[in-house]
Amino acid sequence: MDRIPILRLGDCLIVAIQVDMHDRLALALQDDLTARIVKDSAKGVLIDISSLDIVDSFIGRMISNTAAMATVLDAQTVVVGMQPSVAITLVELGLTLDGVRTALNVERGMALLKQRRR
Amino acid sequence: MNQPKGAALVEVLARHRDTLLTDWMNQHLSIALRRGLTTEAEMADQFRSFLNVFVDTLTRADTLDGNRPEWEPVRAYLAEISTHRARQGFTPAETATFVFSLKQPLYARLREAFGNQPAELADTSWSVNMLLDALGIYTTEVFQRSREAIILRQQEELLELSTPVVQLWEGILALPLIGTLDSARTQVVMESLLQKIVETGAAIAIIDITGVPTVDTLVAQHLLKTVAAARLMGADCIISGIRPQIAQTIVHLGVDLTNVTTKSTLADAFIIALQRSGSSIDNVTRLQN
Repeated sequence: MDRIPILRLGDCLIVAIQVDMHDRLALALQDDLTARIVKDSAKGVLIDISSLDIVDSFIGRMISNTAAMATVLDAQTVVVGMQPSVAITLVELGLTLDGVRTALNVERGMALLKQRRR
Repeated sequence: MNQPKGAALVEVLARHRDTLLTDWMNQHLSIALRRGLTTEAEMADQFRSFLNVFVDTLTRADTLDGNRPEWEPVRAYLAEISTHRARQGFTPAETATFVFSLKQPLYARLREAFGNQPAELADTSWSVNMLLDALGIYTTEVFQRSREAIILRQQEELLELSTPVVQLWEGILALPLIGTLDSARTQVVMESLLQKIVETGAAIAIIDITGVPTVDTLVAQHLLKTVAAARLMGADCIISGIRPQIAQTIVHLGVDLTNVTTKSTLADAFIIALQRSGSSIDNVTRLQN
């Protein structure tokens, strides 16, 4: 089964979702990510969804949940690169991802993570 | 009334085509030319073409029922004229008169032809009456449809025009909203704002609602949706241009704007935006020189 790679940069983890997420992949990612946060004692997680064109309510909730889990494990989460159409869809679905920080691109996201930890 | 009166009618029409045309023109011109919407030459052209198509169809069709498929050419031509007139600004009545004003000259000719056969005259008159009524109603219908199409297009154009997103500073966008916010407009506003955020990489967007006449719960919900969508893209929103009455309304309605920065004027919002993005304006006169 496909796995989404998790990259480590300093004490941050970077997840770039570049394939269409189906539900099992999303759950596997949640497992992997929580395990890696603990293993690497990461302080920040950056999820890049710039190549996701379609997000349904399940994936939306999964992103929100992942952020909550990371926070419990003492790691800040930033979701970056959301497409306008995806943002509109999520708002229409009522998923405003209140607990999640967002940034326009990876660069801004990393800056945000650094700034928060100072 | 269903028996074909076509042959006799064709004969009358063919024989009197020119006089009929002149009479019809005189009948209708006074109405159409009065408001200077069209020229006599154009009208004459339309009459001649219509009469040609009419006689043509009448010769070929064996029915006088204007709703039958055989009459499609006539209906198509009428649709063309009607659409054209809708754009020129004719009223529906004036457009329908195009067909109805043919009645009088046509009856005059029919009377000449069937003067000594009252039964024939009555039958033919009735059939012609039905036919022209059907065509006249069809004209009005098409007229109405093309007017609706025009209104729809104007609405769309208005939508495009009314939602500009302007860049105030590097990384700061402003969205001056004017007019009432409904769902369709919110959608357009949201799309153009998010698109601009991607293009410019802006981190702050100021939504100015000075031009929004009333804010009810629905409008407030639309505003909050836009703010939420921009936040998902990583941009902060500031709502500015809140008038005193609107502030009162918002509180009375119990709309929760605590998660959004609000300012009373666009200038205040701009200052906050500059501070947040780490820019400042030291000396405006120096910049101007």
